[in-house]
Amino acid sequence: MADVIMPQMGESIFEGTITKWLKKPGDKIERDEPLFEISTDKVDAEIPSPSAGVLKEIKVNEGQTVPIQTVVAVIDADGASAGTSTAASAPAPAPAKAEAPAQASAPPKSEAPPKPAPSPAASALRAAAPSPAAASSSAPPQRPGGEKIRSSPLVRRIARENNVDLSQIPGTGAGGRISKHDIRAAIEGGSASRTSSGAATAPARATSAPPPAAGGAAASAVLETAVPREKMYFGHYEVQPMSVMRQRIAEHMVLSKRVSPHVYSVDEVNVSGIAALRSKMKDKFEQSSGTKLTFMPFFVRAAVEGLRAFPTVNSSVDGTNIVLHKECNIGIAVALDWGLIVPVIKNAEEKNFLGIARALNDLAERARTKKLKPEEVAESTFSITNPGVFGGLFGLPVINQPNVAILGLGTIEKRPVVVDDAIAIRSMVYLTLSYDHRVVDGAVAHQFMGKVKHTLENWTESIL
Amino acid sequence: MAAITMLEGIRQAIFEEMDRDPAVVALGEDIGVYGGAFKVTEGLLARFGPERVIDAPISETAIVGAACGMGYLGLRPIVEMQFIDFIACCFNQVTNFVAKSHYRWGAPVPMVLRGPSGGGVHGGPFHSANPEMYFMHTPGLKIIYPSTAYDAKGLLKSAVRDNNPVLFFEHKYLYRRIKEEIPAEEYTVPIGKAVVRREGKDLTILSYAAMVHTSLEAAETLAKEGIDAEVIDLRTLLPLDRDAILASVKKTNKLLVVHEDTRTGGIAGEIAALVCEGAFEDLDGPIARVTALDTPTPYSPPLEERFLPNAEKVAAAARDLAKY
Repeated sequence: MADVIMPQMGESIFEGTITKWLKKPGDKIERDEPLFEISTDKVDAEIPSPSAGVLKEIKVNEGQTVPIQTVVAVIDADGASAGTSTAASAPAPAPAKAEAPAQASAPPKSEAPPKPAPSPAASALRAAAPSPAAASSSAPPQRPGGEKIRSSPLVRRIARENNVDLSQIPGTGAGGRISKHDIRAAIEGGSASRTSSGAATAPARATSAPPPAAGGAAASAVLETAVPREKMYFGHYEVQPMSVMRQRIAEHMVLSKRVSPHVYSVDEVNVSGIAALRSKMKDKFEQSSGTKLTFMPFFVRAAVEGLRAFPTVNSSVDGTNIVLHKECNIGIAVALDWGLIVPVIKNAEEKNFLGIARALNDLAERARTKKLKPEEVAESTFSITNPGVFGGLFGLPVINQPNVAILGLGTIEKRPVVVDDAIAIRSMVYLTLSYDHRVVDGAVAHQFMGKVKHTLENWTESIL
Repeated sequence: MAAITMLEGIRQAIFEEMDRDPAVVALGEDIGVYGGAFKVTEGLLARFGPERVIDAPISETAIVGAACGMGYLGLRPIVEMQFIDFIACCFNQVTNFVAKSHYRWGAPVPMVLRGPSGGGVHGGPFHSANPEMYFMHTPGLKIIYPSTAYDAKGLLKSAVRDNNPVLFFEHKYLYRRIKEEIPAEEYTVPIGKAVVRREGKDLTILSYAAMVHTSLEAAETLAKEGIDAEVIDLRTLLPLDRDAILASVKKTNKLLVVHEDTRTGGIAGEIAALVCEGAFEDLDGPIARVTALDTPTPYSPPLEERFLPNAEKVAAAARDLAKY
């Protein structure tokens, strides 16, 4: 086998376009017989075959532009001996063209597009670690795989104005070119991945210039504006495009509020016992298990107890059906510098305390390092969010669809409370439940919360 | 009102303008007694007399030189070239004297220089010229090249009333092939304004003279394939209607220029530059052109067919551009 590469046709030439293949796969070819025609910035040329054989595979189609050294075809030298009657005269497989370096290095890969973030709930597990990689730098205009993006001045202008990453848009024009229709369809369909680094493509606007021509052009219907767009642009301002994750969150929040009639209830829980247990066991737990002991696994365990007792809270609504989930898959909202994500602890009902603690820390860590797999952010049946970590006394979260309820944790602090007609100091926390009144009534919600509260205040489970 | 040919429209314009203004005179080879090679001036001599309808000797230089002098002295001559090809004979008079006169001496020459032009009638290399680009590059001239009877009449009347020299090219293929009803009452068509002949959204076909009809025919074929072409008739080449060209390109984002003139140095190049200057970021494809080949017009009918653009060639180029 011999690779055929895109040759370098002169200094400062770094790519070439294949204009025509002179052979089809399966055709026999002699060494130095013209194999394909190319066009570069400087020359148009016929490229001779580097070796004799049978053209086995064409890797780069007519009209495509590739960097020099890219393998454009493969020639099977054995095919020549097999197919030629004068086998003895078949030349040995020759390496690629003499004047060009032999092997092709893989073309540079542009960064993979950010995965569409699943829609998270309201708040966070804890403050996210600073992530320098928050905004993926936009690669040079190439498709993953190094193929040059073909567009037009108009398409590039539309991309610039709408902050669209052209590498994410499939081109249907001649030679895979992105046409006006392609980019308009992508923007209208919302499938265009906007460049996540707004600063790179959208110059920050600190001016009183007129509104951008197509402010929310790519926004889906649920992101409609509540006031006319012109009323948003006054004085000095800066326009930042939403990241894909931000758009998904926004869409999801609007939908959740639109679909689910939210009701909220607040409970106060005495977590003095748990706080004492945690202080006492903290070091030992970490030494023994290798994972940190936080408050979160206590709340997850308590929530699972509540869900098992009141399965309606662990359900989804499909029209007039209630889908009662047998698993307790607990979504945990994790705040990120660049947004919010909700990884899911699957089958939490089967895990002991340590298993939950490990799963929590693992998911949170991988959420912050962008290493979650798509299936790890799907199929939650109930979610927990922790605005308390940012100091919130309590929060009223938005339900994470398709759940019907979400538990919000307030900040844990010592407060004076009345115990047996005396004022005592206890570690207290406010728990809130936002629930979908289509299927969860106040009675069930409060019974559920009662179960959670009881589990937390009368903790008996061994944590190690 | 009966439909009239483009030739009749031109004839009416000359008659009406000579009727309207005694300063308007006509001169050219065989325009009087014979009525003109194409009979555009038939009846003119009988109506206006030999002082105003002058059969000239066979010297284009002399004719244009004389007309230039008439212009200086207050007349408004309409000069006919028997075939527009012969305008090359008076190139010096037109470019060095007539075109520069206003700039040089403050003495505008209100002259119309008109004549049958264009191919498609097997006229061969000396009787098929599209000479517009020799003069596009000459400041001081205006160039009109109409495609309909209505426009030919209205624009010729505007040309006669213009105080500066106007070249008025009459595509001989269109002389008797197109007919249309025109208003009974007097009208003129402004110089320098293009017109949209067919609205479309997918690409713009920019053309003039006979190629407007070719482009419209191609547009009908394209429409059946789902390609919605806009067809624009420039009508005036100098000055070009920049606003109309850019507006259409900004609407359709793709431009195909079709001209019967040869390719290299043809008006498509000038229009391409103008569009790049004014609408580069509105282009969704390369500016394409369909033109005659870079040879003299062949006499042989099959060769001439090959040489000239036709609706098939225009449709093929438009398809490629639409796909781009």
